[in-house]
Amino acid sequence: MTLSQDLAYAYPEIVLALGALTLLVVGAFAPKQTALVGGAAVLVLLAAAYASATQPFGTAFAGGLISDAGATFAKVAIYLASAVAIPLGQPWFARRGVRSFEFPVLILLAALGMGMMASSGDLISLYVGVELHSLALYVLAAMHRDNAKASEAGLKYFVLGALSSGLLLYGASLIYGFAGSTLFPEIAKAAAGGANTGLLFGLVFLICGIAFKVSAAPFHMWTPDVYEGAPTPVVAFFAAAPKLAAMVLFARVLANAFAGASEQWQQVLVAIALISVAVGAFAGLVQKNLKRLWAYSSIANIGYAVLGLASGTSEGVQAMLVFMILYMIDVTGFFACLAALSRQGRAMETIDDMAGLIKEKPAIAMAMTVFSLSALGLPPFSGFFAKVFVFKAALDAGLWGPAVAGLVGSVVAAFYYLRLIKAIWFDGSPGAVDKPPVEANAIALVAALFAFPVVIVALGWLSPAAERAAQAFGLV
Amino acid sequence: MPILSFVTFAPLLGVAGILALRCLGKPDDPKTIEASKWIALVTTLATFALSVLLVAQFNPNDPGFQFLEETPWFGGLYYRMGVDGISVLFVLLNAFLMPLCIIASWNTIKSRVLEYLIAFLILETLVTGVFCALDLVVFYIFFEFGLVPMFLIIGIWGGARRVYAAFKFFLYTLLGSVLMLAAILFMIGTTHTSSIPELMAYHFDPAVQTWLWLAFFASFAVKMPMWPVHTWLPDAHVEAPTAGSVILAGILLKMGGYGFLRFSLPMFPNASEMFTPLVFALSVIAVIYTSLVAFRQVDVKKLIAYSSVAHMGLVTMGIFSGNVQGEQGAIYQMLSHGVISGALFLCVGVIYDRMHTREIAFYGGLVNRMPWYAAVFMLFSMGNVGLPGTSGFVGEILSMTGAYKASTWTAILAATGVILSAVYMLTLYRRVVFGTIENPKLETITDLDWREIVIFAPLIVATLFMGVQPNSVFNLTASSVDQLVRVYQAAIGA
Repeated sequence: MTLSQDLAYAYPEIVLALGALTLLVVGAFAPKQTALVGGAAVLVLLAAAYASATQPFGTAFAGGLISDAGATFAKVAIYLASAVAIPLGQPWFARRGVRSFEFPVLILLAALGMGMMASSGDLISLYVGVELHSLALYVLAAMHRDNAKASEAGLKYFVLGALSSGLLLYGASLIYGFAGSTLFPEIAKAAAGGANTGLLFGLVFLICGIAFKVSAAPFHMWTPDVYEGAPTPVVAFFAAAPKLAAMVLFARVLANAFAGASEQWQQVLVAIALISVAVGAFAGLVQKNLKRLWAYSSIANIGYAVLGLASGTSEGVQAMLVFMILYMIDVTGFFACLAALSRQGRAMETIDDMAGLIKEKPAIAMAMTVFSLSALGLPPFSGFFAKVFVFKAALDAGLWGPAVAGLVGSVVAAFYYLRLIKAIWFDGSPGAVDKPPVEANAIALVAALFAFPVVIVALGWLSPAAERAAQAFGLV
Repeated sequence: MPILSFVTFAPLLGVAGILALRCLGKPDDPKTIEASKWIALVTTLATFALSVLLVAQFNPNDPGFQFLEETPWFGGLYYRMGVDGISVLFVLLNAFLMPLCIIASWNTIKSRVLEYLIAFLILETLVTGVFCALDLVVFYIFFEFGLVPMFLIIGIWGGARRVYAAFKFFLYTLLGSVLMLAAILFMIGTTHTSSIPELMAYHFDPAVQTWLWLAFFASFAVKMPMWPVHTWLPDAHVEAPTAGSVILAGILLKMGGYGFLRFSLPMFPNASEMFTPLVFALSVIAVIYTSLVAFRQVDVKKLIAYSSVAHMGLVTMGIFSGNVQGEQGAIYQMLSHGVISGALFLCVGVIYDRMHTREIAFYGGLVNRMPWYAAVFMLFSMGNVGLPGTSGFVGEILSMTGAYKASTWTAILAATGVILSAVYMLTLYRRVVFGTIENPKLETITDLDWREIVIFAPLIVATLFMGVQPNSVFNLTASSVDQLVRVYQAAIGA
């Protein structure tokens, strides 16, 4: 295969890489033009989304890059979610005196890394993708550098992230040693009929590394601190798209490289899923800060996504994809609400701050209620359908015990979502809320409309699209 | 015309109207509030008219589902609606109670009136949807989302311990429901259909039935509520505003009984038969124990709440007796209890609105100042006791006849509940209404006003009509119930 043929499968990556580098140069020479760079970055992301939607399917670079329905599905979602992060974040930073053109460029680089994760076909491109997006995220977390908490969050994220990359790399090297190749299809041959001890060892390390990235328990420790400290719009970004990228990567590794060892990794995934649900549900009960609360909520939700994957079936992958898309919209919307709210210039971040919000800002209060109920898994909101897909896949795969345990966990978690709704609806307001900024307000309301009622219609195409994407992973 | 969808979603038109007013005018403008109340009232009355039309068009000789609607949705799921003789009257009951709730709240709800009306209208849609849904997932969506408006109604407009009561209500019910969700997903996975009629014809393996039955039971027993998972009900009732209690007792509890009739018996007949002794035992405990508990209450509303649990015990007993008398009696008892308990909560509301206390000891001698009230309260107390001539009698006697055929001892023990209900209701009535006025604060209490008479009149008519003309109800339910019992008896090989 010639280079030009290879490149045809990598159009989205090329668009993003060139776009990021060009905008970096533009920014370096015209550092005041942050709005221009931001707008151009959104266009680059939309172009990349279009490129991946229209891309031919195949493998390139000797199998290192896969372009298939699964990668396309994930990449379109990732790029669109990244495109939302720029208008949400840039004005937020500008109001706090951080006028940097690096923010959109870092989002582009992170999107590039995430796209590579979604379409990686061997351990090398997997690692490159993971590192590229992680490094961009570390910087983004500490972007608000005059803020001590943000710097702490960035540092903590970096140190723990580096540790997880080490685990990932160690696992990858073990797998390479025992399989003799870094290519997923070659590893699959070595792992056919069950992985030997060495491969299994490597796989477990790899799973630990990825679990770190998706913040699944017991590798979740960084999440609450980083969510609390990092700037709210940045959290809205890295609580959404990177999670999808890492989950798709997870599915890739398990389905393309270790399909033969599915009985072995299934137990690991079930354990991760249930621990995540339990940690997310119980630890969330005592949280007062909403960003920390939503960190635990995301740990529990990732537990459900991992449960879908643990089914080891195409239906399970489909469920995971639907779940992650619906969850991304919810979490972005929720953090957009938080980014929009302040009282006399002070950000409203605790449950008590939300007291009486329904009287002050009915639209945002309704949106937050919708996101809470959706995260709780209450019909007819999107989170319910997400959970239905996952639990149905788990039950069809015979995992009825974990499915029931997961459902009971959602009842425990219901308590803290209800506490938030109680504050919003039942309590009296301590004072007027500032006028919310237009962009965060709009993003929050659009996301809420999606969570209900648009989702009722949207499922009609999301479900089959996810099904086609899931079939590309080759599980039964 | 898709009349079922229309009946179900008609209240949402009222919601749209109120929201439009809210956006156009000022939210706290008295004119906006007054107009919204009228919108809500007209909407609920129109919905009632539609459901009367529905019942009028209903063919009582057809045991199957009527007014069917089916639209494909996603992932093999369908939006399916339909009613049969078992569900159609609950649609009517719901539409009947809602306008009364709106009138009952007309002057008593003073804060956040628009949200209150919207919550009730949404609740009406959801409850109707539960009874009309013929697809498991659609059913679950209506069933489960009903928690939210009720949570808000209790939590925002409730009494002193409203937050505790609202949380307890929500979490109890949710725990039951998620187990049912697991069972629903399992059933869809096994049978590849979510259509309720198709699932009713499907024969699950008896071992599987046991688990599915338990999962559904977890949900419906909490909803019903059955002893020992009834403890959320008194709290929810005491804290809820009057209209909230009416809807809770009048219609939300019936979802549990409806669930048993729609799912447990036809889909899991072998498990139902196997667990009948358990249900009978819990029902008898509910009847006797909660009647005794009711007798010792100092709060009027709590007393009526416990009496609801006791009456629902008779319903579960009737349902699981598995014969025609039992099922008919259970359905009749649910409809009658919907009217009578709703009316009793409204009776409590009348004196609570005037004196702002529900303590029994506070009252006494009301008959001297409120003769009309005394008469109305008397009628509904007698209905609750099950006096012949009121609707309560028909349901009780049939449930117990059915239970007697299935298990003599159960019926005999449950019959003591009738005596006990007379004990606590008559004691309550004597202490509140009879005697002389001892509390000087009661000297100025006024009798029913025209608004309250308007509320009580239809309830009185319904109670008496159902008491003397039960056949008009049985004609509608008979063929569906006959089929239910026939299929059930055939499945358990009796």
